[in-house]
Amino acid sequence: MFAASTNLQHSLAQLRTIAVPVADYRVLPFEIQGIDSRLSGGGLRTGALHEAAAHSCSVVDDAATTLFLAGIAARESARTGGPVLWASCRNDLYAPGLEQAGLLSANVIYAQPLDDSALLAVIEDAVRDGTPSAVIAEARQVSMVATRRLQLVAADADIPVLLLRRRRGREHDPLGEPSAAWTRWRIASAPSQRLNVAGVGRPRWSVELARQRSGTSFSMIVEGCDETGCLAVPAALGHRTAETAGPARYAAA
Amino acid sequence: MPRPRPVALQLPVDDNPGACSVPRGGGWRPGARWARTDAPESTDVESQIAALPAHAKPPMRELGRRSEAAVHPYRGDAPAHQAMSVEATVAAFHASPLALIGKVGRREEVVAACASAASLGIVVGMAATHARALVSDLDFRPAEPEADAALLDHLALRAVRRWTPIAAATPPDGLWLDLTGCEHLHGGEERFCQRLRAFCQRAGFTARVAVADTPGAAHAVARFGRAALTIVPSGRTVEALGPLPIAALRLNSVALTAGRKFGFETVADLLPVARGPLARRLGLAAITRLDQALGGVAEPITPREDAEVPVVERRLLEPICTAEAIERVMGDLLADLAEVLQARGLGARVLRLVGLRIDGGEQVVAVGTSRPTREVSHLLRLLKLRIDRIDPGLGIEQFTLVAPHTEPLDAIDLGAVLADETLVRDPARLVDVVAGRIGARAVYRLAPVESHVPERAVIRSDPVDAPGGWPEWVRPVRLFARPEPLARVIALLPDQPPRRFEWRGTTYMIVAGDGPERIHGEWWRRDAEVWAVRDYYRVEDDKGGRYWVFRRGDGFESETGDLSWWMHGVFA
Repeated sequence: MFAASTNLQHSLAQLRTIAVPVADYRVLPFEIQGIDSRLSGGGLRTGALHEAAAHSCSVVDDAATTLFLAGIAARESARTGGPVLWASCRNDLYAPGLEQAGLLSANVIYAQPLDDSALLAVIEDAVRDGTPSAVIAEARQVSMVATRRLQLVAADADIPVLLLRRRRGREHDPLGEPSAAWTRWRIASAPSQRLNVAGVGRPRWSVELARQRSGTSFSMIVEGCDETGCLAVPAALGHRTAETAGPARYAAA
Repeated sequence: MPRPRPVALQLPVDDNPGACSVPRGGGWRPGARWARTDAPESTDVESQIAALPAHAKPPMRELGRRSEAAVHPYRGDAPAHQAMSVEATVAAFHASPLALIGKVGRREEVVAACASAASLGIVVGMAATHARALVSDLDFRPAEPEADAALLDHLALRAVRRWTPIAAATPPDGLWLDLTGCEHLHGGEERFCQRLRAFCQRAGFTARVAVADTPGAAHAVARFGRAALTIVPSGRTVEALGPLPIAALRLNSVALTAGRKFGFETVADLLPVARGPLARRLGLAAITRLDQALGGVAEPITPREDAEVPVVERRLLEPICTAEAIERVMGDLLADLAEVLQARGLGARVLRLVGLRIDGGEQVVAVGTSRPTREVSHLLRLLKLRIDRIDPGLGIEQFTLVAPHTEPLDAIDLGAVLADETLVRDPARLVDVVAGRIGARAVYRLAPVESHVPERAVIRSDPVDAPGGWPEWVRPVRLFARPEPLARVIALLPDQPPRRFEWRGTTYMIVAGDGPERIHGEWWRRDAEVWAVRDYYRVEDDKGGRYWVFRRGDGFESETGDLSWWMHGVFA
């Protein structure tokens, strides 16, 4: 009887390991239970292509998307200790703002190619080189073939490639196009919590995982990057986290 | 109880001055120097001082001129002495004009004259006896063409070692430097030319520099151009050469005489003339010179060879023309070169691969690195990016790999790697890879500048050196290059964030705001910024957008700004 139950337990554990896909890749957790548990592998896969697009064509959502990717790159850079390559055809990034999301200027190398085809070639070369800890690229036109190539080289080099997909027009949805990306995010800016004093609270974003491989999609509201690039879950009223013990601004009722 | 009033201290007035001439109670002192009627006039004093010998003159401070700094007690009046001696030297230099005399044909002529001699009427080509008769104390020295050539050759060798791998002397008075692929080492073409001129000035030469597409054009512009430093933009050779005289084309005397006879004054006169008749009149050599200057005929520079430059060479059994074969040869050459560099303790900054085609043409590709390196895989990756620029034609039969610019590279300490087993990530490798694809200017870092004005706080810097950070003021993630005006703003003066505004045709209702953060204009930059003030606010609208807006002016003083509102950036 006892032997049978241990046998059963053993086979159950074996079955469970077969049923639950084992992640044999390195992941970068968000340190947020609500996101990590719903991502396959328990976090963002490091050797993969991840796409993010703004929810609307407003500059605000674009800025939230930029800082979302910057936070991921900052945490990966802090873990592995290499430079981050930021490739963009535009130059309206403001480095002091990125520094406040954890991406120190000493850790970022910027590249400004002339067009999207040169940009894709540059980031592929950089990932193949293996030097950067993460690559962030802002691109407007990325074909399915290009994303597949990027996904392959990223998996090969175990370096996250974070692609900020820009809209080509007001009605254009970049996430509507086919892509080989591991995860695809849609980020929007959300109203922050009103404080009982004058001032703006910690920024909040509406983060929507539109698609992921071997997983389901979800959406939630998170609080924006702190100075280490970490996101946070908004403290619900009456269920305040330990943060409410800090400054009075979060203790608004 | 009323407090007693303090009694003013009153000193007893003593009419007897005693040792001091001033009465104790103060006041007017009889016999003061300013009250004397027979006081000497200031002009008299100055004339008396001027009459004194130099060592006896009172210092400026004693004369009551406060603007003059006090002389250090241990320092003599050396500066005045020095200034005099420099002046005297310069005068002595100008007083002794110099001319070189050489034998031209059967008579002795002036072959070179310095500027001061030229101002005295000595011109090149004048008979030596004539010049001696004109200026009696002229410093004549015999010309030494061999010594000149040796000096020029020495300069060319120096150029090969310091500036560019391909440099050659063009006797009697010029140098050709091929800047292709190495101007980035000197900060660009213009900066290089300025440094070159500064170097020549220090060495005591008067230099004229020209940069052009072809050696012939640079030769002409340097000698006959207007400015001492000319950079002809790529593709503008014809415009630059047009106004120059035909002597700029390095024609022989027969062709020059013929050209004068037929009325060809400038290069522009030659261009519209048909080739055949022109060749019959000026000779075929003149046509070749014209084509060389305009780029129609190649004119390779035979470089001054330096035995110190690491060179490796492979001669192939059969000519090759496929990319895979070229890549293989590149790998072999790099392995050879790495051994040479390692033996000498050097790392390459510039590599130059020359392929000799079977039709005699040369295919040259060059790569640069941001740090000295001799790592074969890294250099091979950089060279492979250039394979598509090699035109093999019917095949390439010989490859030469040169490291014209090298820097010392010693063994690197690997202790930390063994302890932590972490991958050492060298940003210089990444920079080389990206710069090889899109150019060195498109790779950069952003470094802080000590300025509170947001758009001035960031500057592009060298991609290899790690910059510092910024102060922790709240800053947006995207900053507009030019602030955009806001319309119909409702805000309380002087220090409240706006409640509503219109921007890009949309109305924004503001529900929260932080601020103001006041930033003053930098008066040391522009006069217009002396009183300028910007009050920055971070505001959030009802839909969750967070913006960085500012108002010109502090709300009190009209000089500080016109109270207009602007959008400057977007927070996440």
